[in-house]
Amino acid sequence: MHQNSVRGARAKYDGLSRKVKVSIEMNAKTVALAEATILFKDVTYSVNGNATHPIIDCISLEIHAGETLVLLGRSGSGKTTLLRLINRLLLPEKGEVRVQGRSTAQWDPIRLRRGIGYVIQEGGLFPHFTVAQNIGLVPNLEKWDASRIARRVDELLNLVGLDPREFSARHPHELSGGQRQRVGVARALAADPPILLMDEPFGALDPVTRAELQREFSSLTHRLGKTIVFVTHDLREALLLASRIVLLQSGRVVASAKPQLFLQIDHPEVEAFAACLGTFHGSGTARDAVPGVST
Amino acid sequence: MSPWQFFLGHRAEILEATTTHLTLVAISMAIATAIALPLGMLIVHRPTLRTIALGVASVFQTIPSLALFGFLIPIPFIGGIGRRTAVVALVLYALLPILRNTYVGLTGIDTAVLQAAEAMGMKDAQILWRVRLPLALPVILAGIRTATVITIGVATIAAAIGAGGLGTFIFRGVAMVSDAVILAGAIPAALLAIAADFLLAALERRLRVA
Repeated sequence: MHQNSVRGARAKYDGLSRKVKVSIEMNAKTVALAEATILFKDVTYSVNGNATHPIIDCISLEIHAGETLVLLGRSGSGKTTLLRLINRLLLPEKGEVRVQGRSTAQWDPIRLRRGIGYVIQEGGLFPHFTVAQNIGLVPNLEKWDASRIARRVDELLNLVGLDPREFSARHPHELSGGQRQRVGVARALAADPPILLMDEPFGALDPVTRAELQREFSSLTHRLGKTIVFVTHDLREALLLASRIVLLQSGRVVASAKPQLFLQIDHPEVEAFAACLGTFHGSGTARDAVPGVST
Repeated sequence: MSPWQFFLGHRAEILEATTTHLTLVAISMAIATAIALPLGMLIVHRPTLRTIALGVASVFQTIPSLALFGFLIPIPFIGGIGRRTAVVALVLYALLPILRNTYVGLTGIDTAVLQAAEAMGMKDAQILWRVRLPLALPVILAGIRTATVITIGVATIAAAIGAGGLGTFIFRGVAMVSDAVILAGAIPAALLAIAADFLLAALERRLRVA
């Protein structure tokens, strides 16, 4: 209990200092927020009211503006469910999720979701839409005029490293997995949402492409200044991308730390994840195998 | 008389029967599609109605076609002898393939795609019209194709209750014990079915994206 409140206070402090920095960077655009961008308050969620085994078990969590929060956990730990509670694909059974100061139950789901980018494994691209139509979807729903959408699509394709002249008119089935994922990211960013949710976006890619996209995405997040919640079961990915890692186990938060400090946490689940780093990457210690930890 | 001679001698009559046949099929298919397509969209989110609709449609499909015509004849307003009864029977026959394929097409879409659509703030109607329907279209069209081929076939039997069409020649030929007369109805009917199948299959291929 005591530890939790200390951790909470520290997280709050980290968040505050970062928020000040972010609001300076974005100056007039963001009015200093009174509370965290995303706030989980004693949130419980279970399927069909099965209260004995909730998927999310009384989680409280603050996610601050500009943070790249990685939700790490095994399959079934509740990380994807937590993500879906943010854009109201699910509503909490108990407690509340507040996004930009307002409970998701009070948000108009359509308005809420248009302000939150969403990227999933394999991109979830519409197979009958061209790349340009896929990326322009939310701007189109928001009734931007055609020339503005076209400009935005070109801009975003360049941003994710795809040549608009070559890719705009293609359909998703004419792309490689990595290219599809890039388009998925571009589509999520289309209407410039302040929040980005990513559900194992690089999970289905081959290791080389995955590493490539992780690196690019890492540098992209620094430039964009978005609040990002990123779900993964890959500790390496978490260490590379996160500004903070939250570890979930059986629907509870069991650890929360900056990547530099994460591996030092004394918790069996942290150790279980850390142990995988060593075994998967052969020689050297876990720390050596992790890019970005020393920085 | 050889079938060919009979065919040449009765060109106008055969052509007229073919037109009647096609009209019968077209009207029935238009009505069946107008019923089954919206119904298929409706049952996606209504499990009770789905069970009832699919159940009733399968029952109609199961009844032998000649028996179905027979059942309809005594029914007032929709029954009797003639083309109207035939259209009712053909519609009932065509419902199931269209209904089932509409439902299967709309629900068989990759969940990741539907989830993405919802997460990006598309409204239910937008998801239906812009995502589900376009993606289901090839499957729905396959249902319409099956129904069309069935209807062309069953429509030959409609001649038995006085609806006209190519079946007239077949029944007359059987009564006259004349191969030539039978073939004058059977060959065009078979060609119609094959042609419809081919054209609709080509359309279906064009609509399939991936």
